[in-house]
Amino acid sequence: MSPHGNPETPASGAVEINREAPKASPALEQSAQPEHHDRGAWGLWEVFVRSSRGLSHVHAGSLHAPDAAMALRNARDLYTRRNEGVSIWVVPADAIAASDPDSKGSFFESPQGKDYRHATYYTKSEGVKHL
Amino acid sequence: MSEANASATRITPGNALRPEDIALEVRTGLVKPSEDVAEYALRLGDDALILAQRLGHWISRAPELEEDIALGNIALDQLGHARSFLTYAGAGMLNEDGTAKSEDDLAYFRREHEFRSVQLFEQPNGDFAETIARQFVVSYYQYELYRRLTESTDATLAAIAAKAVKEVDYHRDHSTQWVLRLAGGTEESRTRMIHGLRTMWPYVNELFQDDELTQRLAEAGAAVAPSSLKEDFDRLVAGVLTEAELEVPDVPAAPGGGRQGRHSEHLGYILAEMQVLAREHPGASW
Repeated sequence: MSPHGNPETPASGAVEINREAPKASPALEQSAQPEHHDRGAWGLWEVFVRSSRGLSHVHAGSLHAPDAAMALRNARDLYTRRNEGVSIWVVPADAIAASDPDSKGSFFESPQGKDYRHATYYTKSEGVKHL
Repeated sequence: MSEANASATRITPGNALRPEDIALEVRTGLVKPSEDVAEYALRLGDDALILAQRLGHWISRAPELEEDIALGNIALDQLGHARSFLTYAGAGMLNEDGTAKSEDDLAYFRREHEFRSVQLFEQPNGDFAETIARQFVVSYYQYELYRRLTESTDATLAAIAAKAVKEVDYHRDHSTQWVLRLAGGTEESRTRMIHGLRTMWPYVNELFQDDELTQRLAEAGAAVAPSSLKEDFDRLVAGVLTEAELEVPDVPAAPGGGRQGRHSEHLGYILAEMQVLAREHPGASW
């Protein structure tokens, strides 16, 4: 959270410090996420918005904020400008554990061919009402 | 909304009043402010207009993209309030051809000494902390003002205030969060926050000055006497500053005079930038 200088003049060199810092090795430099170079303390937050239709919270996008309170306010400004929501959740992006896109096959394709997991697989017995 | 459906007034506090609604009611003769009320609306409209123009300068220049949008939102809220107040004010002021002045007539075709905004609103953006300091004072002042103005005996002023007060409540929260963070952040941010407050504080006094117009209107219940806001303003602002471990700046008050058209050297530059296009191409639209 570094206050920048006068908007009419370029910010001082303060925000450039990270960029100029010597890198330990090329390998480390590659593994570092580029967007974190300049952003200092402002972490990434994922935003979930519940629309006024009474549905569950749905992922709306992400944003940067210095802390949870500011993340909520930024989310309000970014994702509910056009009356989209009645409730917002913000979650630190690194608190989310995500499935690996590369293991999509073993994760998501095994239910294929297991039609008995769907209720429609079974034939309805004669005379059963209210099903 | 077509004009045919507009027989019932939209000007009620429960309605999300738009400037177009006021313009329509002005044209159809449903509302017309008294000379005093028009002058009062002009003051509040000019405050909001000048601040909107100032804040708009931050777009693409804020410390972060997210803050860029936050300041842009606040600027647009202020512009909305300005449009409503100026539309209403214009209904009580005539052009040379006898028609009522529009919001554009008032915003783009008045000269510096005809603007009635107080001097705080035209103060330069400075660095981010100075902008936050200005916004902090403005938001707490406007919140107390609009909160009381919702009770105005003038239905249009009350309706504009009812819409504005919810938006200003958020501006208040935004600037409060930033005062706390800048004051409690690094040594650099704290120094800048203290400097920002000291830069803006000379212009605080002018916000609470009564004059004959506000006295007349306040007695009639149409307007809020500026002096009546000071107690709540002082208490709430001091509360935030105490939490931020800051002191209310002890600086001499600036002479003021914005309500009489006396402005600091900054307003002329704002108007030049704001008005040049409309004056170059009168009546142009897109």
